[in-house]
Amino acid sequence: MARNANKSLQAKLVLLGDMGAGKTSLVLRFVKGQFSEYQESTIGAAFFTQVLSLNEATVKFDIWDTAGQERYHSLAPMYYRGAAAAIVVYDITSMDSFVRAKKWVREVQRQANSSLTMLLVANKADLEDERKVSNEEGEEYAKENGLSFLETSAKTAQNVNELFYEIGKRLAKAKSSHETGMRLHSRAGQDRGGLFCCA
Amino acid sequence: MDEEYDVIVLGTGLKECILSGLLSVDGLKVLHMDRNDYYGGESTSLNLNQLWKRFRGDDKPPAQLGASRDYNIDMNPKFIMANGNLVRVLIHTDVTKYLSFKAVDGSFVFNKGKVHKVPSNDMEALKSPLMGLFEKRRARKFFIFVQNYIENDPKTHEGMDLTRVTTKELIAKYGLDYNTIDFIGHALALHREDNYLSEPALDTVKRMKLYAESLARFQGGSPYIYPLYGLGELPQAFARLSAVYGGTYMLNKPECKVEFDEGGKVVGVTSEGETAKCKKVVCDPSYLPGKVRKVGRVARAIAIMSHPIPSTDDSHSVQIILPQKQLNRNSDMYLFCCSYTHNVAPKGKFIAFVSTEAETDQPAIELKPGIDLLGPVDEIFFDIYDRYEPVNEPSLDNCFISTSYDATTHFESTVDDVLNMYTLITGKVIDLSVDLSAASAAEE
Ligand SMILES: Cc1cc2nc3c(=O)[nH]c(=O)nc-3n(C[C@H](O)[C@H](O)[C@H](O)COP(=O)(O)OP(=O)(O)OC[C@H]3O[C@@H](n4cnc5c(N)ncnc54)[C@H](O)[C@@H]3O)c2cc1C
Ligand SMILES: Nc1nc2c(ncn2[C@@H]2O[C@H](COP(=O)(O)OP(=O)(O)OP(=O)(O)O)[C@@H](O)[C@H]2O)c(=O)[nH]1
Ligand SMILES: [Mg+2]
Repeated sequence: MARNANKSLQAKLVLLGDMGAGKTSLVLRFVKGQFSEYQESTIGAAFFTQVLSLNEATVKFDIWDTAGQERYHSLAPMYYRGAAAAIVVYDITSMDSFVRAKKWVREVQRQANSSLTMLLVANKADLEDERKVSNEEGEEYAKENGLSFLETSAKTAQNVNELFYEIGKRLAKAKSSHETGMRLHSRAGQDRGGLFCCA
Repeated sequence: MDEEYDVIVLGTGLKECILSGLLSVDGLKVLHMDRNDYYGGESTSLNLNQLWKRFRGDDKPPAQLGASRDYNIDMNPKFIMANGNLVRVLIHTDVTKYLSFKAVDGSFVFNKGKVHKVPSNDMEALKSPLMGLFEKRRARKFFIFVQNYIENDPKTHEGMDLTRVTTKELIAKYGLDYNTIDFIGHALALHREDNYLSEPALDTVKRMKLYAESLARFQGGSPYIYPLYGLGELPQAFARLSAVYGGTYMLNKPECKVEFDEGGKVVGVTSEGETAKCKKVVCDPSYLPGKVRKVGRVARAIAIMSHPIPSTDDSHSVQIILPQKQLNRNSDMYLFCCSYTHNVAPKGKFIAFVSTEAETDQPAIELKPGIDLLGPVDEIFFDIYDRYEPVNEPSLDNCFISTSYDATTHFESTVDDVLNMYTLITGKVIDLSVDLSAASAAEE
C-alpha cells in the first residue's frame, strides 16, 4: 500500500477541570502507562507529547495540562489558542467538580475556535461506592451540548486509551490542520553563508 | 492571599513575566498579580473590542472588520531578531514549546523619498537601486571585511583595533558615500541616532554581523521572526512557565498597593483589603509612580488596512525604517505591518503601526511621513504615551522596577533590563552565551 496514504498531523490538546479531578493522572496513564495514588497537584511538568498511530493517520499530540493559573480565574487565553481538542474532566465523587466542569464547557465554547473538538470526561469511575454524579446526568449534559462523553478511571485505565483514540480519530476525519508556524529549537544552526554575498 | 511570598510581581508585561518565570524556576515563592483582567499590561495584544474600548470609548467596531477575537493587535509592536537575545532567553527557559513563529517577509528602508528592500542576498544586493555600481563594489569589500571579522582573531582585523578606530574612520577606509553610511548605520546596524559614527566601530560591526546571522537563520526576506497570534503570546508563555514552577497567578486585582515599613522597606502588597506579605516587589512603573521619572514620550499610529503596504513587494509582514536624516528629524521612524498570515487579523486584513520618539505634541502631523506610505486605511488611531524609568535604590527599599518600553525599543534593551533586574534581585548572573548561535528552527 502506498505509504503516504497515512497522513500525519500535529494537534494541541488541552485539559480543563477542577483541582484534583484527575487531569494529570489521565495524561500520565496515557503517556507513561502509570498511576499514582499520591499524584501531587501539578507543578513542574505540564506539557507532554505523545504519538498515536491510527489506521487513518499518525497523530502527534501536544498535551497541555493546567498549571494552577485557573485557580484564581487567571488562565491565559494562549492556553486555548490553536487547540484542536479540549478534555473537560470531573470527578464522579464530587458534585462540585461537575458544576465546575459545566463552567469550563461554557468557557471553552466562548474562547476557543469553532472547529475545536470537546469531550466531557467523568473520571474516577473505579470509586463507584462514592459516586455523587450519575452516569445519566453526565451523559445528558454532554448530549445537550454536543460533546462526546466517556467515564474513565486513570487508576484502572478504564477508557483512557479509548479517550485519546476517539480524539485522534475525530481529528483525522476533520483533517483541518491548524498552525503553520515553526518551533524554535536548540540545535546547531546550519547557516546559509553570508548576507553580503558574492566573494 | 494572606501568605508570605519571596517575591510579589505586579503587572504582567513581558519583562515582569520573564522575571516571574526565572524566579519561580529558581525555587522562589512568587505571587504575580495584575490590576487588569488580561495578561500583558503594556505589551499585550488587544482584540477589536478591547482596542475600541481603549481608543473610542463607547463606540462599537464596524461589522465589516470581522470578528473581534480574530484580532491580536500589539500595543508594543516589534519584531524579534532571529539570532537575538530574546530568542536566547526563549531557548534558555524552554518556553519555545508554547510558541509558534513565522519569519517576517521583508525589511525595507526609506531613502530619498522611496521605499527600498534591504537586500537579503547577493542577487538582491546586485539589483538594488540603493547604491550605484561602483559604490556596490566598495560596499562589498566592506561587507566581506565585516563578515570575516572575528573579535578574538587578530588576523581578521586588517591591522585595525576596532575598540579605538571610530565607525567614521573605518567606513572612510572603504570610501563609502553618505547614503551608504546612512543605510548601513540605520537599516543594518539598527542605530537610532548618529552618535555611532564617532564611537568605536566594534559595536557597529557586531550589529551588522548579528543582522547577517539572523538573516541567514530562517531563509526569509528579513532577519526577523514574529509569533503567531502576536507578541501578547510572549508574556503569557513566560507566565505559564512561572505557574508550572509554582507561581501563583491573580488577574483583575484592583489597586495593588505596595506597603512599606518605617524604614521604607517593602513589606507586602494590599488588594481588596487583603495584604500579602513579601520580601521583594518587582513591578512596572505604573505600580510605583512615586519611584519613577518621565524620560520621554512615544508617538504612534495604529491602522487597520485591507492591503499590504505599497512598494513592499506584497509583503504580508514587513518593517520599514525611516532614518532620521531622511525626514529631518532627531530620531528614526518605524513602520511595522503584520497580517492574517501571522494570525493577528482575519483573512485579508493588515495591521500597521507607525511609531517614533515624540518630538512634538501632535502625533498625526509628526507621523505623517510614515502614514503617507500606508495607502488607504480602514481605521486609524493616534496615541502618545510617556516613558518612565526607576529612580529608587532597590538595595534600600527592595523594589525592583522595570523601565517602560520605548516605541523605538527593540527586544535587546528589554532583555538587558530583565537580566540586570534578575541580577539585582538574586545576586546571580544568567549566562545566555551557551545558547548562542544554537537557535534554529524546524518546520512542524
Ligand atoms: C515598531 C518598531 C519599532 C522599532 N524601533 C526601533 C528603534 O527604535 N530602533 C531600532 O534600531 N530598531 C527598531 N526596530 C527594529 C527592532 O529594533 C528590531 O526588531 C530589533 O533589532 C530586534 O531586536 P532583538 O531583541 O530581537 O535582537 P537583539 O539581540 O536585541 O538586537 C540585535 C542587536 O542589534 C542591536 N540593536 C537592535 N535593535 C536596536 C535598536 N533599536 N537600537 C540599538 N541597537 C539595536 C542590539 O544592540 C543588539 O546587539 C523597531 C521595529 C519595530 C517593528
Ligand atoms: N481512585 C482514583 N483516583 C484518582 C483517579 N484519577 C486521579 N486520582 C487521584 O486523584 C488525585 C488528584 O489527581 P490529579 O491527576 O493530580 O488531578 P488534577 O486534576 O491534575 O489536579 P490539579 O493539578 O491540582 O489541578 C490524586 O491523588 C490521584 O491519585 C482515578 O481514576 N481513580
Ligand atoms: Mg494536575
